[in-house]
Amino acid sequence: MDVIKGRVWKFGDNVDTDVISPSKYIEAPMEEQVKHVMEEINPRFPREVKPGDIIVAGRNFGCGSSRETAPDLIKRLGVAAVVAESFARIFFRNSVAIGLPILVCPKVSEAFEEGDTLELDLEKATVKNTTKNITLKGEPLSPDMLKVLEKGGITPLLKEIAQKQQQQ
Amino acid sequence: MLGGILMGMTLAEKILARASGREVVKPGEYVTADIDLAMAHEGFAAVYLGLLGAGIDRVWDPDKIVVLLDHAVPAPNVRYAGIHKMVREAVKKLEIRNFYDVKAGICHQVLQEKGHVLPGMLIVGTDSHTTTYGALTAAGTGIGFTEMTYVFATGKLWFRVPETIRFELSGKLPYNVMSKDVILKLLGEYSAEAAQYKSVEFTGSLSGELSISSRMTMTNMALEMGAKFAFFETDQKTIDYLKNRTTKPIQNLKADEDASYEKIIEVDVTDLEPQVAEPYTVDNVKPVTEVKGIPVNQALLGSCTNGRLEDLRVAAKILEGREVHPDTRLIVTPASTEVYREALKEGILETIIDAGGIISNPTCGACFGTHMGVLAAGEVCIASINRNFKGRMGDSESRVYLASPATVAASAVEGKIADPRKY
Repeated sequence: MDVIKGRVWKFGDNVDTDVISPSKYIEAPMEEQVKHVMEEINPRFPREVKPGDIIVAGRNFGCGSSRETAPDLIKRLGVAAVVAESFARIFFRNSVAIGLPILVCPKVSEAFEEGDTLELDLEKATVKNTTKNITLKGEPLSPDMLKVLEKGGITPLLKEIAQKQQQQ
Repeated sequence: MLGGILMGMTLAEKILARASGREVVKPGEYVTADIDLAMAHEGFAAVYLGLLGAGIDRVWDPDKIVVLLDHAVPAPNVRYAGIHKMVREAVKKLEIRNFYDVKAGICHQVLQEKGHVLPGMLIVGTDSHTTTYGALTAAGTGIGFTEMTYVFATGKLWFRVPETIRFELSGKLPYNVMSKDVILKLLGEYSAEAAQYKSVEFTGSLSGELSISSRMTMTNMALEMGAKFAFFETDQKTIDYLKNRTTKPIQNLKADEDASYEKIIEVDVTDLEPQVAEPYTVDNVKPVTEVKGIPVNQALLGSCTNGRLEDLRVAAKILEGREVHPDTRLIVTPASTEVYREALKEGILETIIDAGGIISNPTCGACFGTHMGVLAAGEVCIASINRNFKGRMGDSESRVYLASPATVAASAVEGKIADPRKY
């Protein structure tokens, strides 16, 4: 997988799925829902986030309900990756499943300020702040998880598997 | 292997190491493991659509998949009827032979009764309470539909190796105090977050004395503590339970003595009172003496948590020669057809009916507010189930109190939350 490089948006601890994917918009079309991602914490975020930007967060990111729309909306905004000190289990699993690059990296909050540039090597599980020249080590993902992320999620990967099956 | 270099492993570590083809694994590592068994209930419809969408027309191993219809059976409405129909057609198409239609019972009960679950297996299910299989020393955990699609197609899934918390249980349970009271007590004491993303092992002298049914209640509700897996070690009771249900070899699986635990918690149940979890969280737990007297409109005995023969037996003993309070309806849902038939043979169902109870077919229906006992606004239910969240059993203004089968039966008789120890 290629190294991911982007501008950092910073969030704190315990950002829950209701903040990421507010339930009051859950029936709205996805194009409307993406306009409200984490607006409760930072109203600028859904308006100003650019494709390729990276979220850095504290502990327990994505806690709360198991709604799959939470990582999905973040991905739809074009966010290239989420690096946090820890994730809620279901959010973490759903992120891999839908192909949102994600990494656990203790102390990542201290190492970054909003607007810094982050360089993420998922295969080596390294997180580099190129603005401040700091490198941190995260928890490495398994080769299969990397493959799923590289393909953009389980569904595209399965499509590829299906094509191979048919060629056999 | 050189002695002393490798630390021993917990049950979660042993099973994940074996399933991922490694000598040893450590907490915090991600591994990709071969799945021994995948279970899907009505959620199979979503998994099937996922497979179709990706163009997958065969599953990795039909014999390692079990599909059941249990959540809302027989179909309470047109929507469910459509889901059931789609599932029946899909299992035929994919040649999944282990299919249990609407009459078999609740997934977790049926899988264990039918010998699908063996010690050491790694099992995933489209249901959060898949942790129940740890009663037979299997690693069971719930996953989402998209991930299940991947499992059905490839037979593999990734896991983070969890840290393990060990509960050493000792003492003898007092009269009409049950394993449900133990797990409720642990929830109250250590919170619904206590085992977030972790594995839980129940050991100690009491664990050996608990029946397999009582163990299932605890591994089922360990999920409410956040557990990813929950285990009892294999012992003679495990082997006795399984020997007439499987022809496969039964592994005697225990954690290594030098395994390392994040925490070891000792619990003595000698003076344990019956426990009740008040709305709306599972860890809002009080002894029954502090909540008795609250009037109940409905008492529900059943579910994958507490719908087994021993649960019905305890309730029938309390109901024998008594009557359900006129302002309360008692609904009894055996967890499976096997439980239903045994209870029928033993005269338990007759006792319950004579006392004024209603027997429903095995289903998850009432427990998650879908049918067979849904609550209206303002109604109160005492239930032997595993969740009391807002709106869990019906209207968001209804209230569910969680308790043991004994407490549920005693409360049905008195029409208010009651202490079962005097029966």
